[in-house]
Amino acid sequence: MNEPIDNILARYRGQPGPLLLVLHAIQDELGYIPADAVPAVAEGLNLSRAEVHGVLTFYHYFRQSPPGQHIVQLCRAESCQAMQAEQLAEHVQRRLDIGFHQTSADGRFSLEPVYCLGNCACSPAMMIDGHLYGRVSPARFDELLAEWQRDP
Amino acid sequence: MSTVVYISKDASALSLGAEEVARAIAAQARAQGVEVVVKRNGSRGMFWLEPLVEVVTPAGRHAYGPVTVGNLPSLFAADFLHAGVHDLYLGMTEEIPYLKQQQRLTFARVGVVEPASLDDYLAHDGYRGLRRALTMGPAEIVRAVTESGLRGRGGAAFPTGIKWQTVLDASAAQKYVTCNADEGDSGTFADRMLMEGDPFVLIEGMTIAALAVGATQGYIYLRVEYPHAHRALKVAIAAAYAAGYLGADVLGSGKRFDLEVRLGAGAYICGEETSMLESLEGRRGEVRVRPPLPAVKGLFGKPTIVNNVISLASVPIILDKGATYYRDFGTGKSRGTLPVQLAGNLKRAGLVECAFGVTLRELLYDYAGGSASGRPLRTVQIGGPLGAYVPESQFDTALDYEALSGIGALLGHGGIVAFDDTVDMAHMARYAMEFCAIESCGKCTPCRIGSTRGVEVIDRIMHGVDRDRNLALLDDLCETMLQGSLCGLGGMAPFPVRSALKYFRDDFLKVRRP
Repeated sequence: MNEPIDNILARYRGQPGPLLLVLHAIQDELGYIPADAVPAVAEGLNLSRAEVHGVLTFYHYFRQSPPGQHIVQLCRAESCQAMQAEQLAEHVQRRLDIGFHQTSADGRFSLEPVYCLGNCACSPAMMIDGHLYGRVSPARFDELLAEWQRDP
Repeated sequence: MSTVVYISKDASALSLGAEEVARAIAAQARAQGVEVVVKRNGSRGMFWLEPLVEVVTPAGRHAYGPVTVGNLPSLFAADFLHAGVHDLYLGMTEEIPYLKQQQRLTFARVGVVEPASLDDYLAHDGYRGLRRALTMGPAEIVRAVTESGLRGRGGAAFPTGIKWQTVLDASAAQKYVTCNADEGDSGTFADRMLMEGDPFVLIEGMTIAALAVGATQGYIYLRVEYPHAHRALKVAIAAAYAAGYLGADVLGSGKRFDLEVRLGAGAYICGEETSMLESLEGRRGEVRVRPPLPAVKGLFGKPTIVNNVISLASVPIILDKGATYYRDFGTGKSRGTLPVQLAGNLKRAGLVECAFGVTLRELLYDYAGGSASGRPLRTVQIGGPLGAYVPESQFDTALDYEALSGIGALLGHGGIVAFDDTVDMAHMARYAMEFCAIESCGKCTPCRIGSTRGVEVIDRIMHGVDRDRNLALLDDLCETMLQGSLCGLGGMAPFPVRSALKYFRDDFLKVRRP
């Protein structure tokens, strides 16, 4: 059996409505929810595999495949659109040479759309591995990319 | 004697470099042998001035901003630690007109206190509302909230006191208080700022709600996109437990209230209350049919309060200063204050809390100073992605629930996103449908399928294919979604589309290159 998943199940089994807690904990630990976690979680929480699969695939945040080393979330909502987020999105995709929901060939960056980071007074906004950035111009993105590329 | 300097730890301030500035000030002060205590507050909500550096002198707090690390040598040279003159000097923080003209009730402490400090909260009138509530009976607390005129700030504007009364009247062994902190509307950040800048006021509000209806367990359903708020809430909840404000015996009253934060997982629909309850129960966030109302049959089938962050955070001041104090602000049936969030293409975007009745024009020009781009403003979208687009000709409308619904718009959670004259409104209408398609929970066919068909129909209109027929079809589709959806996602996605068509029809009809 999978030890991290068993530990997580042991930690949350007694909680009311624990499935999201468990899926969050697995993703925090492994970076994604591997396919073999589904039957293990189903059995551990006395749910059907269909229920676990249904929840896993309902929420945009949960990943079923390993992400790149860094996750770039680019806001595509209205406030950011009002500040040229669409042009920024084109620039980011060109620079990373990937589309949304994809990971760069070197495995360094995954690009995800996000619909609002709550940074709407400083649009356009972007988050890299939980670090929030505001007023991101294409030039600012290039600077940030260089900083994150230096990161091991 | 050491000088106290405040630098915000608000996520937006951090996104502009506040952390680097805070570290560099501490380092430079050390290097110069000057004693400086850097305290981390929330944001005042003047984001064009962030990172804002406030220096405390006997006269009060002096503001400098926006400060970059590069400004620090000249700031130190100008002796900013004693409020020295510098190009970035803004005067006393509280005297900055943008802030001074506001009426900050719910946000009274945000940007003032250190959010991680319970002592600071107590020193700024914190927990006075709860102490008051502990001397009152449940019905009396509910009456105070009802009389204050407070209406749900999440968007639905339902009277908070009436919702609480329903939960109070329901008899059950277990009741819940849940806070909807799934602030997903673009252009809104009031919940985030409050949770990061003054988390104790939310905890206090939820504790009062629990006393009012006899609930013993609370959940804050927080969106996963807000990691900074998550950290702030966890710190505050732990401190509240440690000091006896939460737990088995709240302030020695014999009443239990436990509180936990649960994270969402990136689904916009979970901001809808029944979908949020499903998600809290660990399921797909599919909307429930109402009735039964959550107040009668909510979380795990038990009577449940579901309130937005701002609604709950407004309760402590109502209990502390009285219902009349709160309801004396505002106009008509919109009582109290509203934290308005000014976003998008604006020169001075930020948070403005003021009494209901302020006009859009005052907010967009007097406060925000017009567009960031310098071009004319063309439209604003109020109330998130499901809110109507309001043209410039209606900017004199007052911000209150009734006045806005009078022009076919809605206030929602109080977010206003401004666009300049380069916006393509056909594109924005298309986006409204696209967003609905991405975020639909899938329960109702008009929303699940209609939104995708809506994108296709708008594409055909934009590209001149059978325009008249497709315009009629789009209108018909909007009507079907409006009438045939259980919740506001499918039921309101037509609002931005129809308002764009009504006021900016030319954008749909112009000739486009293929």
